[in-house]
Amino acid sequence: MSDPMLRVDNLVVRYGDIRAVKGISFQVQQGEILALVGANGAGKTTTLRAISGMLPFEGSVVLEGRDLRGLTPDRILRLGLSHVPEGRGIFGGLTVMENLQLGAWIRRDKAGRARDLELVMDVFPRLRERVAQLAGTLSGGEQQMLALARARMSDARILILDEPSMGLAPKLVQEVFAVLRQLNKRGVTILLVEQNANMALRLAHRACLLETGNLVLEGPASELLVNPRVREAYLGAG
Amino acid sequence: MDYFAQQAINAIQLGSIYALIALGYSMVYGVLVMINFAHGDVFMVSSFFCFLLLLLLPVPFVAALIIVMLATAVLGVALERLAYRPLRNAPRVSAIITALGCGLIIQNTTLSLSPYSQRMPELFVPVTWNFGGVTVSSLQLLIIGVSVGLMIGLDFFIRRTRYGMAMRAIAQDRITVPLMGIPVNTMIALTFAIGAALGGAAGVLYASAYPVISATMGVLIGWKAFVAAVIGGIGSVRGAVLGAYVLGSVEVFTVTVLPSTYRDLVVYALLLVILIFKPYGLLGRPAVQKV
Repeated sequence: MSDPMLRVDNLVVRYGDIRAVKGISFQVQQGEILALVGANGAGKTTTLRAISGMLPFEGSVVLEGRDLRGLTPDRILRLGLSHVPEGRGIFGGLTVMENLQLGAWIRRDKAGRARDLELVMDVFPRLRERVAQLAGTLSGGEQQMLALARARMSDARILILDEPSMGLAPKLVQEVFAVLRQLNKRGVTILLVEQNANMALRLAHRACLLETGNLVLEGPASELLVNPRVREAYLGAG
Repeated sequence: MDYFAQQAINAIQLGSIYALIALGYSMVYGVLVMINFAHGDVFMVSSFFCFLLLLLLPVPFVAALIIVMLATAVLGVALERLAYRPLRNAPRVSAIITALGCGLIIQNTTLSLSPYSQRMPELFVPVTWNFGGVTVSSLQLLIIGVSVGLMIGLDFFIRRTRYGMAMRAIAQDRITVPLMGIPVNTMIALTFAIGAALGGAAGVLYASAYPVISATMGVLIGWKAFVAAVIGGIGSVRGAVLGAYVLGSVEVFTVTVLPSTYRDLVVYALLLVILIFKPYGLLGRPAVQKV
């Protein structure tokens, strides 16, 4: 197997005395979608926050051979990793266009930015109609689309997504996941955290199951989808 | 009528100076939700920068303005870096007490170096015109012109440039901003630099208009500018400007109908009344509670 794009080794994250993530290891290969699934409090969000530099951690996180320890989120983004946070992190008082421009903050190439803006408008046609609107006036689904579009504007090679389906109606969840599949086809590697294990496992190539800060299962997503333990606990099937 | 027009010009002049100072309070509050109580003393000390500069080197007005604005910006950034940044995640009351302490340090340092009021050398020899009974001096026009120019420049910066956009984003969600690749500390330092530089401009203009400066003048004028920012809606840049002109007008016109000792009473009564009916100020918006 070739060198992974993102390698997480023995990751431990503490909140005070409490270890929220207790030494997990996994890898994300170039071009794949890896899903981290698990219940509330399993440590999924904490793992993502450690990777993108929002929380200090022990162990190691290596992106394309570069150790990310001690780097701030803005530095990590410049290395090609974009984090779409839980709750989307849309700037509601700024317009849709301004949100997209902020997403492209780190890029100096005007031509590339203009090209990606067009691409993003094609992938997210509803944003095109709303570029001048304040982002806070968008519906939840549109805001999630904007968050993804904004992350795409950074030209990151790997997106890490925290609960993109949160608070969305089932039809919108389908739409969001279709967009993720499309972004992945265009070459974006994705690390996805989801409580909606069913959807996530249908989208992902591989998946890891987290339980109370430990990684308890890892394998092809299609296998986890039929694994009795996963089905019982997370897919609502006996 | 002439009398009214005369007072209106005075009100605009005073309001312009308040506005430049109020912007510093409002911008810092916007990005950090913190009230920089040292800002009035930063304004005061900028007048002394101007005084010292003119003692050493009789430069023309524009050069003095630019040099003092830069020096004051450096002071603002130093305050943020040395005093406020280490407390960024401390309880808010710690930051407020620290700001008050910084103000006292600046004030008392100035006081120990200059225990008495100083007479400013004349920066500018004003010409006065008389328009049918209304006297306007070139100094008044200069003060108003420089202030309005700086405010328009600031408005453009905040609304139209990428750094301005980043500042507005920080004001909304400081946690998400680094995920856009924006260095938050740099942007916060820039906010302090701009706020202090505007306070520095106010210091130069104030010392030109009212050429006796003292180490304690930042207290009262700083408070007035803070009140202006609150009346306008603290955190709002346009609100700070509106609040400052409202306050300047109220002060000037109060004195035309009441004894001058009533001036501050009326100003603070106005603050209370406005806060009863508009708790977030004239243009302020309630903070969005995150769920």
